[in-house]
Amino acid sequence: MSSTLSENETAVAAEGSVPWFAAPPVHDVALELPEWYRDHQAASWQSFLKLQDPGRSDENWRFSDLRKVRFSELIAARPADNVEALVQRAKAERVKDFAAHFVFANNRLIYSEVADLPEGAICLPINQALADHGDIVREHFMKEDASLGGEKFLALHGAATLSGLFVHAPKGCDIEKPIVVHNFSGGDFQAIFPHTLAIAEDNASVSIMDFFESIAEGEQSVIIGGADLIATNGGRVQYVSMQDESDSGPKHVQINSSRAGRDANIVSAFVNLGGSWVRNESINHMQETGADIQIFSANLVSGKQEYDQRTLQSHEAQHTTSDLLFKNALYDEARTIFAGLIQVQPGSHHTDSYQTCRNLLGSEKAEANSMPGLEIDADQVKCSHGSTSGQISDEEIFYLQARGIPAEAARQMISLGFMNESISKLTGAEIKENLFERVERKFASLRNR
Amino acid sequence: MSDSATLEAVNIDQDAGDFSYPEDYKHDAGIGLSEATIDYISDVKGEADWIREFRKKALRIFEDKPMPTSWATKDLENIVFENIRYYLSKGQAPTRSWDDVPDDVKETFERLGIPEKERKFLSGVEAQFDSEAAYSNVKEELSKEGVIFVNSTEGLREHPELFRKWFGKVIPTGDNKFSALNSAVFSGGSFIYVPPGVKVKHPLQAYFRINAENFGQFERTLIIVDEGAEVTYMEGCTAPKFETSTLHSAVVELVAMKDAKIQYITVQNWSSNVFNLVTKRGMAHENAEIRWIDCNIGSRLTMKYPGVIMKGRKARGEVISIALANDGQHQDTGAKMIHAADETTSNIVAKSISVGKGRSTYRGQVHIPKHLKGCKNNTECDALLINSSSRTDTYPAITVRGNQHATQHEASVSQVSEDQIFYMKQRGLSEGEAMSLSVNGFVNDLVREFPMEYSVELKRLIDMEMEDSVG
Repeated sequence: MSSTLSENETAVAAEGSVPWFAAPPVHDVALELPEWYRDHQAASWQSFLKLQDPGRSDENWRFSDLRKVRFSELIAARPADNVEALVQRAKAERVKDFAAHFVFANNRLIYSEVADLPEGAICLPINQALADHGDIVREHFMKEDASLGGEKFLALHGAATLSGLFVHAPKGCDIEKPIVVHNFSGGDFQAIFPHTLAIAEDNASVSIMDFFESIAEGEQSVIIGGADLIATNGGRVQYVSMQDESDSGPKHVQINSSRAGRDANIVSAFVNLGGSWVRNESINHMQETGADIQIFSANLVSGKQEYDQRTLQSHEAQHTTSDLLFKNALYDEARTIFAGLIQVQPGSHHTDSYQTCRNLLGSEKAEANSMPGLEIDADQVKCSHGSTSGQISDEEIFYLQARGIPAEAARQMISLGFMNESISKLTGAEIKENLFERVERKFASLRNR
Repeated sequence: MSDSATLEAVNIDQDAGDFSYPEDYKHDAGIGLSEATIDYISDVKGEADWIREFRKKALRIFEDKPMPTSWATKDLENIVFENIRYYLSKGQAPTRSWDDVPDDVKETFERLGIPEKERKFLSGVEAQFDSEAAYSNVKEELSKEGVIFVNSTEGLREHPELFRKWFGKVIPTGDNKFSALNSAVFSGGSFIYVPPGVKVKHPLQAYFRINAENFGQFERTLIIVDEGAEVTYMEGCTAPKFETSTLHSAVVELVAMKDAKIQYITVQNWSSNVFNLVTKRGMAHENAEIRWIDCNIGSRLTMKYPGVIMKGRKARGEVISIALANDGQHQDTGAKMIHAADETTSNIVAKSISVGKGRSTYRGQVHIPKHLKGCKNNTECDALLINSSSRTDTYPAITVRGNQHATQHEASVSQVSEDQIFYMKQRGLSEGEAMSLSVNGFVNDLVREFPMEYSVELKRLIDMEMEDSVG
């Protein structure tokens, strides 16, 4: 099986386009990969072929536009041309104080810089980690059983991924500064499969900023990304996905899985500004006493963009906590879907769990769908969810106008403040500032049209 | 020996419903469902051809539609449609006077503590014994005002000009598998027409009974309230306990014309082997108001999501729902609010209590389409968990298009606090009493929405359900 795959890869490299029904669209890397990984790829490919496309009656795809991604159109991503320019762009955008910086373009590593990594910490592109630290990768890589509807995407991801980052902070290792990753994608129907695997062992900590950007405007690239975030006893992981692709063209599926152990804390954030169709799935397991996971999202959606977000907060032990805050600001004919589920498993008493989705509708044609859900199977539980949809009230605008702020600026200020509420929950002043600036930039572009 | 009078007072409804009488049905369509069953029902009822066609078309839709198990509980697969009796009747025409009602039917009502006393309060009673209304009594004054209160067969036969226009229009046959089933085999239920400007002072009531093993009850209710008129309809159910599962699948359609008001009150207390799969929906025209007040205590599985389509400007819809799920029960209830005109408002307040291994589920849909202005929705769902094995779920779906609307949804899950129980025990209440008091307090603001006799009954039912839950 494994030899067949590498032969196909060679074929891909030779032809430059993928014989789609024969093999997944992996790019042309010639690497020594462990056998278990080859097996995993082959098994994922088989399950991809077997799985049905999402269908109308599938509750996990309710309200979704199912015509967005056609698997048969996908092709393997070709190497990017203007690599140097991309590296310059990435450097200009990153936070100043970082631990390491990796830049990928169309699945290939084009730049890496390690600035300040504490001893013992491992931070490598995932394909190299497979070669050097195969056992640790194997223990945690794509171990998620639960699904929120993206099984087929995830299977393809498993068959094709070879780019992205592996971060491992061993016991007590505190990686203070953020690790920055850029994932550039481009070319019509060219698919990339970035994967982040972050592990914070006992009392260790990791912070990652993942940027998703387009090489050029308006190209129909496809991003099928995944992340595994793991924190054991007292470990801490913060993962921020900053998706600022071109707002016409790219289609992005991001499936993240978090597992928090005893007294561990994971923060996982999605900031979405670009992409024509975006689907985020976030599966979160609070596995041991004291585990805490927080999920935040800020989405500024305009034009004909559609953002579809599904989340699961699964409480699997006593005294676990979780919090979710999603904010959507919608303009033009934009659509959002939020489906969240809090599951308190039998015996997980003394759970505290919250879930809030707020939609700010800024146009007559925008549409917000909310499906907040609760499944409680334990006692002594405090759970609540809330969802609101509304617009900026005339009183608020009037108040600011009375203080000399023009109506248009007042609207913007309120919307920015609305979005900032979830961004401000993150750790790291520079990270927040960086995200906030980007949100502001998109607001400015909306105003200047 | 305990005082028998006290014992009788405590053992209301549910236990009183725990008996059955010899079955001597005059018309019996046999077991199972086919075109022949439908021909049989239509022949017995002497129905017009268009109704027969309507039934047959519905049967085909029912057979084509899959079970909604993609989102609903797998328990539905335990319904064996071939083992169900789809039509039973005493064969008598609905009786107008109490003296004409057969003795065993009277006795059933006697045991339920329903008739004579309450009759004085009630303006009209449509009491259903199995498929046909065995007893119906509309007070003279109502007839004088032109209010029509009949069963479905009579309604379609005697007043087609009124009822045919809206029959099957609010809930189309193909709405879901069970509305299709009802459309194929419906019998019984109430058809009500209230003429313009008539405000019916007293609530109209109907009591439903199921009394044959493996017997499904498929009543069909259509209430049309003309411009500026008002009516309150009350529906309460108790059923004797049986060994095997029974199926209850009703369709209730309400039409409120301009400025009309309808209030539909249900207390559902089927025995815990009944599948209660009900489709209820109202259509509110301009400035009309439809309120569903719904309480589910009995049945094995209830799936019921009363809905309001707000079709005219300033129409209002409201659902108030109480659900109590005990061991072996699943109360899957909720609400559907479809805003289809400007300035329409809707409100959903749902409270559920899960006791023992009971499971309660809230499922809701709120839909506000594009190009509308000034629509508002408020949804609140609160769940109370009594034991560590109790379960509760909440699955709302809210769609808002455009920036002229406001919706808010909130849900919370909690349990009776140990402090509260401790406080009450300190003051001499037993743990059971303390628990009952606390649970009654949780639903109190909703119980008050029910008419007085119902709210008293409800409190007692909740007390009974809570009796063995502590410890």
